[in-house]
Amino acid sequence: MRRPPLLLLALTLWPGLTLAQQPLRVVAPFHVESMEPSRDGFNFTRMRVAETLVGADDGGLPVPQLASGWTLSDDRLTWRMTLRAGATFHDGSPVTAEAVAASLRRARAQPGPLANAPLTSITADGPGVVELRTSAPFTPLLAFLAESSSQILAPGSWDETGAVRRLIATGPYRLVGFQPPFRFEVERFEAWNGGPAPAIARAVYESVARGETRALMAESGRADLVFTLDPAGTDRLRRSPRVEVRVMPIPRTQTLKLNAGLPQFSDLRTRQAVSLAIDRDGIARGILRSPAAAATQLFPPTLAEWHVAGLAPLRRDPAAARRLLAEAGWTSGPDGILTREGRPFRFTLRTFSTRPELPVVAAAIQESLREVGIDMQVAVVVSSEIPAGHRDGTLEAALMARNFSLVPDPIGTLLADFGPRGGDWGAMGWASPELIEILATLGRSTEAAERAALRGRASTILQAELPVIPVVWYDHRVAISRRLANVSVDPLELSYRIEAMRWAE
Amino acid sequence: MGGVVRALLRRAVQAVLVTVLVSGLCFTLVRLLPGDQALRVAEGRYGYDRVTTASADAVRAELGLDRPAAEQFMAWVARLAQGDLGVSLVTGDRVVEEVAYQLGHTLLLSLAALSLALLAGPALGLFAGLRPGGVLDQAGMVGAAALRALPVFALGIGLMLLFGVTLGWLPVAGFHATENLVLPALALGLGLAAASARVARDATVAATSAPFFGFALLRGLTRAQAVRQHVPRNAAVPVLAYLGVNLALLVEGVVVVESLFGWPGIGHALSHAIAARDVPMLQGTALSLGLIFVALNAFTDLAILAADPRRRG
Repeated sequence: MRRPPLLLLALTLWPGLTLAQQPLRVVAPFHVESMEPSRDGFNFTRMRVAETLVGADDGGLPVPQLASGWTLSDDRLTWRMTLRAGATFHDGSPVTAEAVAASLRRARAQPGPLANAPLTSITADGPGVVELRTSAPFTPLLAFLAESSSQILAPGSWDETGAVRRLIATGPYRLVGFQPPFRFEVERFEAWNGGPAPAIARAVYESVARGETRALMAESGRADLVFTLDPAGTDRLRRSPRVEVRVMPIPRTQTLKLNAGLPQFSDLRTRQAVSLAIDRDGIARGILRSPAAAATQLFPPTLAEWHVAGLAPLRRDPAAARRLLAEAGWTSGPDGILTREGRPFRFTLRTFSTRPELPVVAAAIQESLREVGIDMQVAVVVSSEIPAGHRDGTLEAALMARNFSLVPDPIGTLLADFGPRGGDWGAMGWASPELIEILATLGRSTEAAERAALRGRASTILQAELPVIPVVWYDHRVAISRRLANVSVDPLELSYRIEAMRWAE
Repeated sequence: MGGVVRALLRRAVQAVLVTVLVSGLCFTLVRLLPGDQALRVAEGRYGYDRVTTASADAVRAELGLDRPAAEQFMAWVARLAQGDLGVSLVTGDRVVEEVAYQLGHTLLLSLAALSLALLAGPALGLFAGLRPGGVLDQAGMVGAAALRALPVFALGIGLMLLFGVTLGWLPVAGFHATENLVLPALALGLGLAAASARVARDATVAATSAPFFGFALLRGLTRAQAVRQHVPRNAAVPVLAYLGVNLALLVEGVVVVESLFGWPGIGHALSHAIAARDVPMLQGTALSLGLIFVALNAFTDLAILAADPRRRG
C-alpha cells in the first residue's frame, strides 16, 4: 500500500474540501514499522482500527470491547468470554469464536504480556464464546487481554509463515492506507456495531519524531490531535488561538533503579539517603514544568487503586541524607566525596535520550547527590543497555521512565519488575518474599477488600524499601484543535478515542 | 569520447571498491559497537519500554545472532552476490524494498534541493559577478554568509515558523502531498544555493577579467553578447565541481532534514539501522548511499566534460 514517491510529483492538492470531508489528522512520535500486533499494534488500537476483547476505563478497570461480557468459573481457572453479537471483521466476515481463539493463540506465541500468562488453552465454545483456561487462578488476565498485542485479527491477516500482511480487524475504523514508518490512513467502518457510528469519516496518523515539529504542526493548524508534547513547546502552544492544550497525569513514573547487590546500595540507609538528596520539586518545576509532578511515592494519584494517600511522602532533606550516610559508615574524604573503607562513594548511572528529559534530570540528580558527597557519573546510552546491564550485572544505577499501564492493571508490570530476581526495568539485587507473595496472591484473589489491602501493603513495602526510587510522575500533554469537539484523552494511552469526536464547526 | 570512457571507468572501479569497503565496514563496526545486538534489535522491534532480556533471547534464537561473525558475513556476501540484500532484522521486510521506498523519497528531496542550488545559485552569482561590489553582490555576500552559517536544523525551524505557522502557506511537516516537499527542499538547498552563488560570482568575475573577454569586446561584441558567449560556460565548470564535492554535505543534511520534517528517507533508515544494529538494513542503506555518491560524481564528471571541451582529449 506504499505510494511510489515519485508519484508525489504528480499529485495535486485537493481543492475546497469542507471540514466534514477533511480527515482528522493525528500526530504522535511513534513510528509504525509493521502491522505486527506485538510490535506496532498499539498504533492500531489507539487509532481504533483494532479491538481487543476487553478495554479499560480511565481507572484501568476492564470494560467490554469485542467481548460483551465474561464469566469466571468457581475454581477461578476458566474464563468464558462472550463475543459481541453481530460483530464483523473489516473484510465482512463474521467474528467467530474460532477466529478469535486463533488470533489469541497467535498473540500468545509472540513476545508480549499474554505469553507470560499461565494459560493452558484457548478454545472456541460454540460460535460466540471463547474459553480461556489457566493453570492457576490469574485475575489479571482481563488486563492482559486489554493490551494491544492481544488485539483480535481475522485469520486472513497473516500468511503461512505467521507474518501479518493485512490488518483485518474489527474496530470502528479500517485501514485504507499504510506507508510505514510514518503514516497510515483509516476510514469509518460502516458495519461496526460496538457503539454509535463515528462522526468523523476519515483519519490520518502521522509519526513525527521531533517534539518541536509536532508542536509547530499543532500551532499551524495542520494537525488536529498532537500527542506527547515537550514541556517547552506546551508553553508556546497555550498562547495559540487554534489549539487547546490538555495536561493530565498518566501512570508513568520516572524511577532511579539502584543495584542493591552493590555494597553501597545494599544498605537501606544509603538508598534512603539517595532518595532524600533528590530535589524532586526542582526537577518537576524546572525541567518538567509541572509542579505537581514531584513523586511522593511510586504510583501516581491517577492509579487510584495503588496510590496510598496516607503514605509518608518522599521528600528532600539533605541533612537527613548526610546523617543516614554517616550512620552507614560513610565519612567525608578530602575532595568532599564520601568514603568507606578507603573506597569513594562513586557510581555510574545509565540513562537514555529516547525521552529527552531523562539526561537533564540525570544531571540534576548528579548535582543533588554531589551536595551530600556522592559522586555519580552519568552515561547516556541506548535504553537496551539497562536490561543488558541488569542481565550481566554491570549496571550500577539507571534512570528510566516506567509505564504502569502497558497492561492496564499495574500488577502485570509489577510481576515483571519485582520478582525473585528483580526485573529488567525494576529491582536489581533486591527481593522481598513478602512482596512476591502479595503479588502472587493478587494474581489469584477476586475478593475486593482483600485485593485493596494487598495493594496497599505492596505500595508500603516499595516505599519503605526503595528498590527503585521514584523521582517524578509524568504528564500527558496533548494539543487539541479547537475545530474538534467531544474530545477526551485516555490517561492510560490505550486509545485516541477518535470514534467519539466530531467537528465543532 | 576517450575522456568520457576514462571518467566512467574510474567511477566504475570506485563503485566496486565502495561495495566491498562499505559492506565489510558496516558488518565489522556493528560488532565493535558496545552492547548486545539482540537487545538492540528487540528494542527496535518492540519499543524501548517493552524490551526485555527474554524478548532479546527470542530474537537471538530466531535470527541466529550467536553464530560466528565470519559465518554470518559470508552468508551475507553469498546473498549479495545473487543480488539479495537480505531482510531487515527489525521489520522482517526485504531490504531491497525498504531501501527502494526510502531512497525514492531521499532522491526526490535531494533532487529538489539540488535543482534549487543549480537554478537559483548560479543565476544570482552571475548577476552579482557582473557588478562586483555592487548592491546585489554585497547583499548576496551577506545572505550567503548567513545561510551557510545557519545550521540546517535552525534554518528548518525558521522556515517552519515563517511559512508554516506565521504565513500558513505551507505544511510544517509530512510527506503525502507535493506541497510537503517545499520546506525541506528549501532547508536542504538554500545553503548549497548560497555557496554555489558565491562560486559562480567568483567565476564570473574571473571570466569577465580574462583576456579573452576583453578581446571579445575589442572584436566589437557588446558586453551583453560577450557575457552570453563566454561567461556561463566558464562559470559552470567551478560550480559543477563545487557541487560535486559538496554532495557529501547534502547527504549529511538529508539525515537532519528528514528527521526534522518527518520525511521518510534513507537518512531515517540509516540512523534507525545503526541504533537497532540492523546489519542488513545498515549495509543496504550505506551501500545505496555510497553508490549514489559515486553515481552523482560520475554525473558531475560528465557534466564538466560537456561544459569544458578542453577536458575531453
